[in-house]
Amino acid sequence: MGLKRDVSLMTALRYKGQGPFLTYILHRIGGLGMAVFISIHLLASFLGGSGGRFVNNIYQNWAFQIFIFFCVLFHAINGLRITILDLFPKLIEYHRQAITIEWAAFLAIYGFAVFNIIRTALGG
Amino acid sequence: MAAKSRNLSIAKRGLMSFETIMWAFTRLSALGMYVLIIFGLIGALIMGARRNMNFADVMRWAFMPNVTHVENTNLPDTTPWASPLWKLTASALLVIAVGHGVHGLVVIADDYIVTARGRQIVRILSGVMILSMIGIGLYLIWTS
Repeated sequence: MGLKRDVSLMTALRYKGQGPFLTYILHRIGGLGMAVFISIHLLASFLGGSGGRFVNNIYQNWAFQIFIFFCVLFHAINGLRITILDLFPKLIEYHRQAITIEWAAFLAIYGFAVFNIIRTALGG
Repeated sequence: MAAKSRNLSIAKRGLMSFETIMWAFTRLSALGMYVLIIFGLIGALIMGARRNMNFADVMRWAFMPNVTHVENTNLPDTTPWASPLWKLTASALLVIAVGHGVHGLVVIADDYIVTARGRQIVRILSGVMILSMIGIGLYLIWTS
């Protein structure tokens, strides 16, 4: 039997899951981004040649690094929050506060990473 | 006032089914990766990262401590960065990350692929992906 969704795409996009839903979606996007990138990066490094160098040069581009750092850092920091709350279920009552702390940590670390990537790209 | 938690403790949930074991594996492997990443970070600082690498380079090394990740830095000598200790650390990180990542992909695929046949194909493909990615990764780590 095929998959049946009970809501339309527009209804899904209007879903008011707010902060927790946003972290859920970004966690999946970050995980998928890493899985795709790392698989291609491994294959490119393994195959080598001009094709492999071309792919790895894209990876070293500053714009791509900003994207992949978002995937890695958000997935890692959000994953730590999920792990802590799952291993200590009594803390789930405070999951919204945990998400606020998570965003503060993410923005500080990611902001610093982006600043350094751009500074290096500009030759600083 | 916050509502009382209705979540069961880990002991009461039990760890008998494959799904529950993989649920625990996902969380514990995340903690394992954190330990290895922090180990790589401390190692990089000890080996001179503070003077010769920027923050992004240090993070790239910490997330996969392979010597090819520090070749474009200002390090005068990358020999210590290619020691067996770091190859073993990178190998452990690779194996844990591939297991964690491929299981995550299976979880996402299960949300969209609902037929028994489809899910069986996903599991076969995930097995192939785990073996090939670990094989290629270990080859790259130990030959670089």
